[in-house]
Amino acid sequence: MPTDVLMPALSPTMEEGKLSRWLKKEGDAVKSGDVIAEIETDKATMEVEAVDEGVLARILVPEGAEGVKVNTPIAVIAAEGEDASAAATPAGTAKAETTAAKPDAGEAARDEAPRRPAAPVQADMELPEGVKTVSMTVREALRDAMAEEMRLNENVFVMGEEVAEYQGAYKVTQGLLQEFGARRVVDTPITEHGFAGLGVGAAFAGLRPVVEFMTFNFAMQAIDHIINSAAKTLYMSGGQISCPIVFRGPNGAASRVAAQHSQDYSSWYSHVPGLTVIAPFTAADAKGLLKAAIRSPNPVVFLENEILYGQSFPVPDVEDWIVPIGKARIARPGEHVTIVAWSHAMFHALEAAETLAGDGIEAEVIDLRTLRPLDAETIVESVRKTGRCVVVEEGWPQAGMGAEISARIMEEAFDYLDAPVTRVSGKDVPMPYAANLEKLALPSAAEVVEAARAVCYR
Amino acid sequence: MTKKPASASSSANATAARSTARTRGGRRAPATARKTAEADMAADVKTASPPALSREEELEAYRVMLLIRRFEEKAGQMYGMGLIGGFCHLYIGQEAVVVGMHMATKEGDQNITGYRDHGHMLVMGMDPKGVMAELTGRRGGYSRGKGGSMHMFSTEKKFYGGHGIVGAQVPIGAGIAFANRYQNNGAVCLAYFGDGAANQGQVYETFNMAELWKLPVVFIIENNRYAMGTAVSRASAQTDFSKRGVSFNIPGEQVDGMDIRAVKEAGERAVAWARDGKGPYILEMQTYRYRGHSMSDPAKYRTRDEVEKMRTEHDAIEQARQRLLGEHGLSEDELKKVDADIRRIVNEAADFATHDPEPDPSELWTDVTLPHDGPRA
Repeated sequence: MPTDVLMPALSPTMEEGKLSRWLKKEGDAVKSGDVIAEIETDKATMEVEAVDEGVLARILVPEGAEGVKVNTPIAVIAAEGEDASAAATPAGTAKAETTAAKPDAGEAARDEAPRRPAAPVQADMELPEGVKTVSMTVREALRDAMAEEMRLNENVFVMGEEVAEYQGAYKVTQGLLQEFGARRVVDTPITEHGFAGLGVGAAFAGLRPVVEFMTFNFAMQAIDHIINSAAKTLYMSGGQISCPIVFRGPNGAASRVAAQHSQDYSSWYSHVPGLTVIAPFTAADAKGLLKAAIRSPNPVVFLENEILYGQSFPVPDVEDWIVPIGKARIARPGEHVTIVAWSHAMFHALEAAETLAGDGIEAEVIDLRTLRPLDAETIVESVRKTGRCVVVEEGWPQAGMGAEISARIMEEAFDYLDAPVTRVSGKDVPMPYAANLEKLALPSAAEVVEAARAVCYR
Repeated sequence: MTKKPASASSSANATAARSTARTRGGRRAPATARKTAEADMAADVKTASPPALSREEELEAYRVMLLIRRFEEKAGQMYGMGLIGGFCHLYIGQEAVVVGMHMATKEGDQNITGYRDHGHMLVMGMDPKGVMAELTGRRGGYSRGKGGSMHMFSTEKKFYGGHGIVGAQVPIGAGIAFANRYQNNGAVCLAYFGDGAANQGQVYETFNMAELWKLPVVFIIENNRYAMGTAVSRASAQTDFSKRGVSFNIPGEQVDGMDIRAVKEAGERAVAWARDGKGPYILEMQTYRYRGHSMSDPAKYRTRDEVEKMRTEHDAIEQARQRLLGEHGLSEDELKKVDADIRRIVNEAADFATHDPEPDPSELWTDVTLPHDGPRA
């Protein structure tokens, strides 16, 4: 039987990629391990190896094709003497069969559902009228923010694991080494505790380090320096020593990486006076807030999200786009219930709001953007109008952001409440690996809809 | 200060060889730990005397060491009177280390250390009044009363703390050195830590990066023989701390930290090495703290005789005093004048720290964060 070569998933979050080059042509003999093509994902260029011996009978996806979905047949390998023409199916029509045969078909479907907005994201709601925008991924927005600030200020430099020659483990620092050189784009050993402390010292001495953690899970090794050294020294020095540093990297659950690589640190860092904590959702906010964070004289924990890196949003096409720290954004106005979310959970909030609108419930969705200082004013103002609030967070419920927001609303808007504040959060368990359990552990748009209906008594 | 790059390499090697010979006997048994400190020190006293200091240098070193000694004695008294709270770690016995190292540096070089930090501040020229007032938690303290004994800084005097977490100052010090290299300002950072901190993992993460990037930093391990109450031989598999950089190719040497001359000589070699772009250097200062780890430490882990022997036979200040009276030809009267001057400075500091008001209650809320859109550095 001729074998279909499928578009491979080269990372836990990859959904599609570009077929950048064929290294074999139709009719070439291939053996197991031969590189037959190069594929560009959102993170890297990877080589595809043949897993069977035979002849490359047909190429189904031409060189240069973009947006090729994972599991699409891209070529057919036939055993010697085999008739390949019978098996060869054009790209697209074979997709259903091939994916249906895969055990993770349900997982693929799940990825489509809760992680994508059902409605267009109204990211540009607060953008100034008439400003031209360009579509940009969160990844590109973050890179541009760093590059722009590095051009403006010689003291800004980037350090972390694989930030330079590898171009970033998640490609966020792509091209920075080429533009700014090894002095300002510094590959570190795998030594989080050490380089976080070293970054703090450089900040004390007047530089503006941007320290990338490959993920915030690994920053637990460095948390002593983030809190004891970076956050507290301004106070302990009576205002003498400031620490203008940005600790940034992906936070929270990605996809199928289990308990040690999926933790959400939103509430951990937001607990600490002296720190500023930012968790953007849109590319415009990612860019504008990262630029503001780099300019801030304070230590900033900048929580990104791996799944958001590849998402595109309109970004203002202006010279110096800055978003103020500490200001939430009303992503969708409404009058019946307030839904508060940030970062990736905004997808659930917006999807839920769209569903609720179908039932005549108009939800007001607030994107916090900054977790510390918390823009309680915007939340309270909204709750005074709606009388109801649902907080969506991907982290654990106990002592979480939702708990804090509930308390603030009780303190400042108790008399306006028509229902208890409700939390939709990650479940109180370490993140499981199995696809179905992981889905259950994370909040979903359906849970948000259910919670919103409950507080509206509908 | 003149650089001595040519001599640095060979001296380091010679010292390493000597260290190897000295430690070949292997690890000491815990049972004998009590007796080891003095015995070790005797073994470490070099047969050849280090180069003599000039009369002016010796007198200045004596003056600053005495300032630290008297300041710390006064701090101990004030702690007993309830004027100083919390933790208070005295530097008595170790004065030659910071004073000798400071003599090996030049204007612009930075210092950073852990929580036993009063001596490091005084040697950098920080005002004893401001240091003492911080100990008493008053508004005139260096951190306006918000840091205390372990957390003081002076950007003006290039003192970067004052860190309460054991070992944290080591990567931070390397970061300051990273900034020196980045800005090409020619400065060297001295990062001090103890024999206890030398067992922290982050120290070795830092050694690796510092050598990898050739950072201008000198790591000074103040081996005062006890990490709190645990003798070195009970806590360290390798008790020769000068060798702790071997697997990172960082040169190191053991120094008699009770002899101001030896400290200065080794310090000059190490600082020149770092300033010359050759990377970090490790100096293990063999020293001794006469007092307990902190004010609440009864020091039952060592004998009174051990402490007494160190005080009478190895005290750095007494050694300097004898040289001033002997080879430098100063009179007792001249030294009495120095002593009186120091006592006056320390008493004024104590007086200031006793009567300066506590911080205004509004200070509770200041210095937490700066305005985000403040001026750009």
